[in-house]
Amino acid sequence: MTADRAAESLLALSQQEELVDLPKDYPLSASEDEGDSDEERKHQKLLEAISSLGGKNRRKLAERSEASLKVSEFNVSSEGSGEKLVLADLLEPVKTSSSLATVKKQLNRVKSKKTLELPLNKEEVERIHREIAFNNTSQVLSKWDPIVLKNRQAEQLVFPVEKEQPAFAPIEHVLSGWKARTPLEQEIFNLLHKNKQPVTDPLLTPVEKASLKAMSLEEAKMRRAELQRARALQSYYEARARREKKIKSKKYHRVVKKAKAKQALKEFEHLQKVDPTAALEELEKIEKARMMERMSLKHQNSGKWAKSKAIMAKYDLEARQAMQEQLAKNKELTQKLQAASESEEEEGGTEVEELVLDAVNEAQMNADGLNPWMLRSCTSDAKEGEIQEDPEQLPEPLAHNVSESEDERPVTEEEIVLKEFEKRRSLRKRSELNQDAELRGSQETKDSTSQEVLFELRTLSQKFKESHQSRKQKASSMETVPQVQREEPAPEEEEPLLLQRPERVQTLEELEELEKEGCFQNKELPRPMLEGHRLKKNPNNQTDAPKKKRKEQMIDLKNLLTTKSPSVKSLAVPTIEELEDEVERDQKQMIKEAFAGDDVIRDFLKEKREAVEASKPQDVDLTLPGWGEWGGVGLKPSAKKRRRFLIKAPEGPPRKDKNLPNVIINEKRNIHAAAHQVRVLPYPFTHYRQFERTIQTPIGSTWNTQRAFQKLTTPKIVTKAGHIIKPIKAEDVGYRSSSRSDLSIIQGNPIRLSAHHKKQLKKNSID
Amino acid sequence: MKVKMLSRNPDNYVRETKLDLQRVPRNYDPTLHPFEVPREYVRALNATKLERVFAKPFLASLDGHRDGVNCLAKHPKSLATVLSGACDGEVRIWNLTKQKCIRAIQAHEGFVRGMCTRFCGTSFFTVGDDKTVKQWKMDAPAYGEEEEPLHTILGKTVYTGIDHHWKEAVFATCGQQVDIWDEQRTSPICSMTWGFDSISSVKFNPIETFLLGSCASDRNIVLYDMRQSTPLKKVILDMRTNTICWNPMEAFIFTAANEDYNLYTFDMRALDTPVVVHKDHVSAVLDVDYSPTGKEFVSASFDKSIRIFPVDKSRSREVYHTKRMQHVICVKWTSDSKYIMCGSDEMNIRLWKANASEKLGVLTSREKAAKDYNQKLKEKFRHHPHIKRIARHRHLPKSIYSQIQEQRIMKEARRRKYVLRHLTLSQYSFLTSLISPKTNKKLPFREVVYVLLLYIRDVFEDFSRGLFSPFFSVMGEAMII
Repeated sequence: MTADRAAESLLALSQQEELVDLPKDYPLSASEDEGDSDEERKHQKLLEAISSLGGKNRRKLAERSEASLKVSEFNVSSEGSGEKLVLADLLEPVKTSSSLATVKKQLNRVKSKKTLELPLNKEEVERIHREIAFNNTSQVLSKWDPIVLKNRQAEQLVFPVEKEQPAFAPIEHVLSGWKARTPLEQEIFNLLHKNKQPVTDPLLTPVEKASLKAMSLEEAKMRRAELQRARALQSYYEARARREKKIKSKKYHRVVKKAKAKQALKEFEHLQKVDPTAALEELEKIEKARMMERMSLKHQNSGKWAKSKAIMAKYDLEARQAMQEQLAKNKELTQKLQAASESEEEEGGTEVEELVLDAVNEAQMNADGLNPWMLRSCTSDAKEGEIQEDPEQLPEPLAHNVSESEDERPVTEEEIVLKEFEKRRSLRKRSELNQDAELRGSQETKDSTSQEVLFELRTLSQKFKESHQSRKQKASSMETVPQVQREEPAPEEEEPLLLQRPERVQTLEELEELEKEGCFQNKELPRPMLEGHRLKKNPNNQTDAPKKKRKEQMIDLKNLLTTKSPSVKSLAVPTIEELEDEVERDQKQMIKEAFAGDDVIRDFLKEKREAVEASKPQDVDLTLPGWGEWGGVGLKPSAKKRRRFLIKAPEGPPRKDKNLPNVIINEKRNIHAAAHQVRVLPYPFTHYRQFERTIQTPIGSTWNTQRAFQKLTTPKIVTKAGHIIKPIKAEDVGYRSSSRSDLSIIQGNPIRLSAHHKKQLKKNSID
Repeated sequence: MKVKMLSRNPDNYVRETKLDLQRVPRNYDPTLHPFEVPREYVRALNATKLERVFAKPFLASLDGHRDGVNCLAKHPKSLATVLSGACDGEVRIWNLTKQKCIRAIQAHEGFVRGMCTRFCGTSFFTVGDDKTVKQWKMDAPAYGEEEEPLHTILGKTVYTGIDHHWKEAVFATCGQQVDIWDEQRTSPICSMTWGFDSISSVKFNPIETFLLGSCASDRNIVLYDMRQSTPLKKVILDMRTNTICWNPMEAFIFTAANEDYNLYTFDMRALDTPVVVHKDHVSAVLDVDYSPTGKEFVSASFDKSIRIFPVDKSRSREVYHTKRMQHVICVKWTSDSKYIMCGSDEMNIRLWKANASEKLGVLTSREKAAKDYNQKLKEKFRHHPHIKRIARHRHLPKSIYSQIQEQRIMKEARRRKYVLRHLTLSQYSFLTSLISPKTNKKLPFREVVYVLLLYIRDVFEDFSRGLFSPFFSVMGEAMII
């Protein structure tokens, strides 16, 4: 209303202004103002002519000449035109001239105007201003709605919102405001200056600066790339070595050894062809090793360790194996070089006797080892085993390894490269590698964790599907519930959060007591309340009761039930009883027809019998079949034994409905447990099932994985100790805050001071 | 033949260092961990009991003032610094970590009415009964320097409150009218009035910084827009509002501390009805301050206690009091949301924990996990009667306790009166028809009717809503009273 009025008044104001403006826009034509003298008029005309020449909106100026002499008051002459004058011509308006049109327009406009409204009084105007300002502010504020809503519903809020950047002031800033005063300080300063140590600015010594500048960017990049490659290669190599080392199969290792030997042999042969002197040297080296071995007792099983092993060898397979290995090594080393060319001879189909003598087993293995298929399968087996062993291995390096194991060439190349890098690195003596290794380690763990996360997520999603659904339901129900809630505020909500008493609880024991007290209180519940709850629990009983009674009346009870059922009285349904008498017969008839087929009484008795049976304490049978006698299919423990091991349950207290033939009293309800149970459905839940489900899902780490546990127990609000939490800012949530400051706006506005205050100010200035 | 052996990967059970925890492989099969609800229930019960056992919120009392503490101010940059103004015109600056006064200034003659710090923390403003506004440096004067204010503005009338703008060099004072001052000038750049009563406090909105709220002694709360230099809206409550506080996370929400023992949380866009009415105090509420998280606020009352309310709950979560604490005049929630300070009549400033049973200091990760778990358990089982009872139990001084009882009776009487007065004749006759003539003659008949009505409400809440809905509507209205 007021807003409308305000708009109206404003409109009126603007119109008023328009009117005032009018004379400027449309200068009344000169013809209308009658000058005192001709000269003046002429002058005016001239001016107009000039203005019309120059102006954009050049208008045709209407001319009006002096009336002719022939015009008289008494007759109308049509002289000149040569036509007869018709009355109609006279009645028509004179030619519509443009100047007149403007005048007319103005007149029309003025006519259409009503009288101006009185300007609003000051209070009214202020009120309108206030209202407009309030609406504007409300609009500005409602931009916060989504954020406020989001924050209210957020699972977790972390404060402070913006991450504080720890501001480390450079040392020179700290030092700039400080000067050496005491003699000691000055001395230290002098010393520093002598050594060209940085005191204020710059931070680095000239030497350090030079060293920093030494390496150009490209160079550094190249070196970094090189290092990276080396590291990658090394990691692959290491991984492979580790893997191979892990392989337990002796067969495999033997094969590998053989392969290596072969390789060495080949290389040696190659060397013989290319560089005989080098080959000779190699040969000599081997020979020397043989000699040394022959001289020493190193692998002869004669040392302290070997002796101890020899004692154990009888019982311990491992010890025996270790001894065997030692001997084998000895043999290997003491073999004459001839044995090296064994493979060629083997190919020829002849076996060297020495070899057979040395190790028959090994020879057999050799035959196996030569089979390429076996070799392949061996390696692949090993590979599979390895995959099973650590599934967390990265897929990429694995593929790489496979290719490596299939052909050895690239590996050797890599090794060469590696060695080269190794050398270089040792030259540079950089410690960066350590850091990188750490990095790599962290990456690996990250990968493993990511897998874990995936797994976790899968299980979690299954676990929480239910709870989420319930939550959704909750949300949807929340929309409907509040109205009801508003209609009748729940007693739960009204109940104070705190239970305030004049005595203080300080120890655990006292809390325990408090709890017990609670128990008693619960027992001492007012009877009406308890009844109320029972009634509420099965409201169907209420409605069913009269029906049942009707049935009972219909069927002849005398022979079945000894006592008559007491008539059910209910506060809520007093009217139904009255009705009953009136339409008794009809109803009886109807019920007779409806229940023609079934025997309600018998059903009820059966039900009761079942209930009684179910509530009877069960005997415990502890017989173990097959204990002390023959067992097997179809054999039963003897009756004697069964009798002996049957523990008869003591007869419980008599049922409350023992003497009430037409009543079943459920005795399952445990009062002691009831004291611990929630009596009323708590507020946000709309169905008891929802509530039960939330209670039944455990949140502890006993039942949940670590990750799920962490997720389930995230606190609602996280604050950091010692960190200032600032009020939320528009920039924090992605809004643009107004660029102009409040101060500048307020200063741009004309200062509004109340009259009272103005007076005060004046006085102040006078003072 | 290859014999397969049981083998374990040592990575799964060998610790890298001695300090590592032993790895415990767990089997989450639910059949192996039965009774999850009872076990968690017991854990929740224990957690609740322990919470009550460890609830020792009182940390320290800062004494030194020679008169009642009238106002408090937080330092915007330093958590350890607190300023307080007393009724004898003395201003003290405290260091909370040392729990010592580091500076004392005789700032005004008479009361220090209001105090606020500049947003940068370099200076602070005080207003006093001697009609002056003074600006002081936060740092103590160097040795030999005089303790003097940076600026002093002499006004014509008494200023009763002051608050500083959150971003700019502007502050607002209140008294006869709300004045907005530029720090550089000695006269207000703008002054706003609405009505002629004296204004007791003025507060800038921390988010939309051009908004101001003030409360006057003619029972009004008035909102102003600084940029348009006009008042926006006014709410008239039943009794006088002592002060208001804006929610630092929700731009349009503010809470007013009222003389009628209640606090009212308003949405400033819809001032017709408060969003929540917070009731628990038994005397006038004198001050209110929001937690910087915007989820809770603390209120100080004339009933010698302070209470912590959740923003969306009408009942308090916590009540703090000590034997020696008298009427609490001012209260502040520290900017890290961990502590609460209150200044009271008997010249002391007290420091409390915001969460009574919280362990102070650094927590290990296991402690933290246990804390979170216990918190969640308490939340989960909070509706169970025993847990609820223990969690709600608070000791109260006898005066407050008896007053609560008294007020409960008064409220009940008012409700009964309303309900019985608003029953129609037919409703009344129906209810009387339900009462048998044998009922206890000692009780007044109307009393019996009312009890019956309550009984009906409890029993037939959902069963026969249609039949008794007229009663319920009356009861519902009575609940609001």
